[in-house]
Amino acid sequence: MNSLLSQEVPLEFYLILSALLFALGIVGFLIKRNLISVFMSIELMLNAVNLSFVTFAHQWHAVKGQIFVFFVMMVAAAEAAVGLAIIIAVFRSRATLAVDRIDLMKL
Amino acid sequence: MHLILFFLFAGFCLAGAINLLLQSHPINSALSLIVVMTSLAVLYLLLGAEFLAAAQVIVYAGAIMVLFIFVVMLLNAGREERTMGSRVSRAVGFPAAVAILGVIATAILRSRGLGVAALSDGITTTEDLSRVLFHELLLPFEVTSILILIAILGAVALARHGHGEPDGESDPHGNQGRTGAK
Repeated sequence: MNSLLSQEVPLEFYLILSALLFALGIVGFLIKRNLISVFMSIELMLNAVNLSFVTFAHQWHAVKGQIFVFFVMMVAAAEAAVGLAIIIAVFRSRATLAVDRIDLMKL
Repeated sequence: MHLILFFLFAGFCLAGAINLLLQSHPINSALSLIVVMTSLAVLYLLLGAEFLAAAQVIVYAGAIMVLFIFVVMLLNAGREERTMGSRVSRAVGFPAAVAILGVIATAILRSRGLGVAALSDGITTTEDLSRVLFHELLLPFEVTSILILIAILGAVALARHGHGEPDGESDPHGNQGRTGAK
């Protein structure tokens, strides 16, 4: 039990988790057919990258990596506000959220 | 202890992310995304980033996801229909996603010199963080406030009724749309 308590985690585990979350975000971006769900997949990818930043900040004992995550959070908040406003505007003009029906720019 | 906590919350993270993909209703996806973000906050705490763990819960799991759920309920987004897209995008997209995961994973596993994380590593306090943020990175911090201001203006301009739109009165979502610009 004592050895279990002092167990250390290799940082590779965190990075692999981050890569898995990023890949799941990509798959979600591809298979989701609802505009809001697609947007949530993008948020998932942003979170995965943030986890990488925090891991490397821990590895190099660098505070600036964590500050970068802070900036990413602020930009993500701004992005969410503008993106959801765009979704509302799209819904108002097309009356649908399905990405297959929003095909004005499709050839 | 660190190992147990890591696997517990990494499991929550992955389960939430997979559930996000499997759920067909956006509100369920949003709730699983909250699970993912809260578990990530615990992982940040395990890596010693206490301020980011708090900010993750407050900003991401709090503010941003409330905005998402607000919009899902405002637009009354129903169950999505699963059309699997075009065949080309299926044939190219999923192998590409797997390839990206493979490339990243091999790059991580081949890299040497990555350390370990333990509970006794110590914590980056908010004081350390703010010392760097407000001395060396003061200008980017201030520029970000301008970015937020522009984002607020953009959200208000996008979500309110455009001038000269013909569907002024007939639109059932006309009055509700304005509240989405907060």
